[in-house]
Amino acid sequence: MNAVDTDLELDATWRDPPGWRGFFAAVNHKTISLRFMVTTFGFFIAGGLLALAMRVQLAQPGSTLIGAHAYNQLFTMHGTTMMFLFAVPVMQAIAIYLVPLMIGARSVAFPRMNAFAFWIFLFGGVMLYVAYFFDAASDAGWFAYVPLSSFQYSPGKGVDFWAQMITFTEVSGLMEAIVLITTILKMRAPGMTLNRMPLFVWGVLVTSVMVLFALPAVVLASTALITDRLVDTRFYSPAHGGDVLLWQHLFWFFGHPEVYLIFIPPLGFISTIVATFARRPIVGYRTMVLCLIATGFLAFGLWVHHMFATDLPALGKIFFTAASLLIAVPTAVQIFCWIATLWSGRLWFRTPLLFVLGFFAILVLGGLTGLMLASVPLDLQVHDTYFVVAHLHYVLLGGAVFPLFGAFYYWFPKFTGRMLGETLGRWQFGLFFISFNVAFFPMHVLGLYGMPRRVYTYPQDAGWSNMNLMASIGALGIAISVLLFIINVWRSWRGGALAGNDPWRGGTLEWSMASPPPAANFPVVPVVHSLFPLWQPGGKPSHVTGLSTRYREVLITSVANAELDHRLWLPASSPWPFLAAVATTILFIGSIFSPWAVVWAALPVAVACTAWFWPEKDMTQQRSDSEQAP
Amino acid sequence: MKLENTDDALDVSTLPTFAFGTRSPMWWGTLGMIVVEGMVFALTIMTYFYLRSRSPTWPQQAPPPDLLWGSINAALMVASGIPNWWTKRAAEQLDLRRVRIGMAVCVAFGVACLLVRIGEFATLNVRWDTNAYGSVVWMLMGLHTMHLLTDTWDSAVLAVLMWTGPLEGKRFVDVAENAGYWYFVVISWLAVYAVVFWGARA
Repeated sequence: MNAVDTDLELDATWRDPPGWRGFFAAVNHKTISLRFMVTTFGFFIAGGLLALAMRVQLAQPGSTLIGAHAYNQLFTMHGTTMMFLFAVPVMQAIAIYLVPLMIGARSVAFPRMNAFAFWIFLFGGVMLYVAYFFDAASDAGWFAYVPLSSFQYSPGKGVDFWAQMITFTEVSGLMEAIVLITTILKMRAPGMTLNRMPLFVWGVLVTSVMVLFALPAVVLASTALITDRLVDTRFYSPAHGGDVLLWQHLFWFFGHPEVYLIFIPPLGFISTIVATFARRPIVGYRTMVLCLIATGFLAFGLWVHHMFATDLPALGKIFFTAASLLIAVPTAVQIFCWIATLWSGRLWFRTPLLFVLGFFAILVLGGLTGLMLASVPLDLQVHDTYFVVAHLHYVLLGGAVFPLFGAFYYWFPKFTGRMLGETLGRWQFGLFFISFNVAFFPMHVLGLYGMPRRVYTYPQDAGWSNMNLMASIGALGIAISVLLFIINVWRSWRGGALAGNDPWRGGTLEWSMASPPPAANFPVVPVVHSLFPLWQPGGKPSHVTGLSTRYREVLITSVANAELDHRLWLPASSPWPFLAAVATTILFIGSIFSPWAVVWAALPVAVACTAWFWPEKDMTQQRSDSEQAP
Repeated sequence: MKLENTDDALDVSTLPTFAFGTRSPMWWGTLGMIVVEGMVFALTIMTYFYLRSRSPTWPQQAPPPDLLWGSINAALMVASGIPNWWTKRAAEQLDLRRVRIGMAVCVAFGVACLLVRIGEFATLNVRWDTNAYGSVVWMLMGLHTMHLLTDTWDSAVLAVLMWTGPLEGKRFVDVAENAGYWYFVVISWLAVYAVVFWGARA
């Protein structure tokens, strides 16, 4: 059989079945990831439109456009959407696409679980918005503090939908984390020792481990909230021996690491983009890895700095101040490594690099206000003011959205085979950078002037009018720049310049195959001999032979040194993950209306999961025919 | 296996097609689940002691749970470690006959634990809506019961598969990982048992 036939057979083996049945049975990591990315981007647009509505309302004092209740729903939906439906999942979505390509794997480790995680995420997000359109959205803020979010003060179903959305998205996030960890540790191409793993993959690994430890806290918190509301448990009810601060502890034990779940993958984007556009390896690879790990640890020691306005012991607060200051160190070290890389490289100014440079300016500003907020006296002064709003948007947009746009410009050619427009990209960057500062810088000042967050309007004589108007104009500018991005994507999709395998002359493995990649990713699985295999070619052996092209066979390697271990057949495409997600959705949503749904809806879930697992006779026969015991 | 091949191609066709323990992706996936669920147990136990630290009396206006059923279950679960260990070993030796027997015994233990669990719930001596103490006790018991239920179901499905087929070598890995997960269910019960039954007495 010649090479072309082999490629065709490989492609047929790995491609998901066609047609609408195939649509629901799809498990290819690239298909799932693209759907995931588009979904999270849709939620980003929705959350942005909600923000725009708020800025219209606040553009002038005494505005009566939007009432208090509707405004409360707006900021709750905006925060919830951006945090739970966009920022964390979009990073996982991109990782699901890129990690196998970067480590030389043909798939993720548990392709069906990956598909399930996408569907359950989609259903949870859609549920939240359907509830919103029926005026059943929570208005208790994205962190839903009790007692405000308790049944007494938030009757109706809004908070229940909110709490159940948490369950959906966190189940999805946890599963994706397990998929990613296993993929990274067990499916790297032979020779890709941990020392040769791209920094983006390191970032994903650290983030995914953090997910396992952080997300359970919010699952427990929101489950206790929903049982308090629906079946009268008393976790947060002081009248019955409960405690309201318990919510804050549990929520922020998740909520602060969450900031780093959003922030660490972009650090990986930046390391990748900086290396490519400085045309040299990153300075201090091992230092960078250690910094990522250190950030992952320290992130768990910060949560109380969200609670400085509570009656916790002062000594405890000092500890959290120290930890909050300390975490700036690994981030700063990374920034210095990037500066050194840029300094000593030959810079190639393209849109991805522009967004990274924008990140430097904005993240440093956001980081500095973070250091200010870490000190208790200052925090008490500006707690719940627009200063905090300014800080968190500088950190999250600067730390995540800027690099994310850079990453889209950088990897879009790989995802689609076409380049995004460079001119339009520069316009988008310029408009985004300026508008962002116009929108959010005044909020620092507004906060210092005493404007509280989450007010739906303010009086004329407060002296806040001009800066609010300025912020609203900036918000409009951000919206236009996102629109430019969408136009850019649309134009490129319709007829952008063809990208070829490696338009940026990158050094990592994802640039070795066609764009978009074939169903099996690698026509030939590579053997890796260096950190940038495409920049340092050569080294023998160069590739793997002996993997089946007729079945979805992958290579499993050892954890630390990626030495050969065994071959494994991954499961076929299947509609059962989709059906199991539907059954789980019925259970989760049903339980909002009747606790008994947990009992009766468990049956379809059990049936779907069992059918998902149950092996096919033909496939099993073929497998056992070619089996080799360890 | 080291990368010592000096040819241009690295031939992997002689590698095994499944493997046990840390070599298997399934082991790492299971470990991930155990970390997540262990974290949920740990946080719920922390919630228990947090509430206790904020309360002048403990248990709050309720007698502690009866020791009988919980202790029986603790003994039963520790005992269930033996058939699980035996089955795991049989699986690693690819011994189908012993795996079939072992899985049936493991499932029987799971069902027995669930039956005893009914007695435990009946003698907790507090309702979930009585006070926060009752809520956290029911949360801990509910969480663990969910694990018992799902893992007994998993084991039952796997046991039926091992008896009826279709079978392949990889299923022995599933049996081994299933037993490994059961250890987690047992160990987490020892923690929950100590907290629910003795934390209300200490």
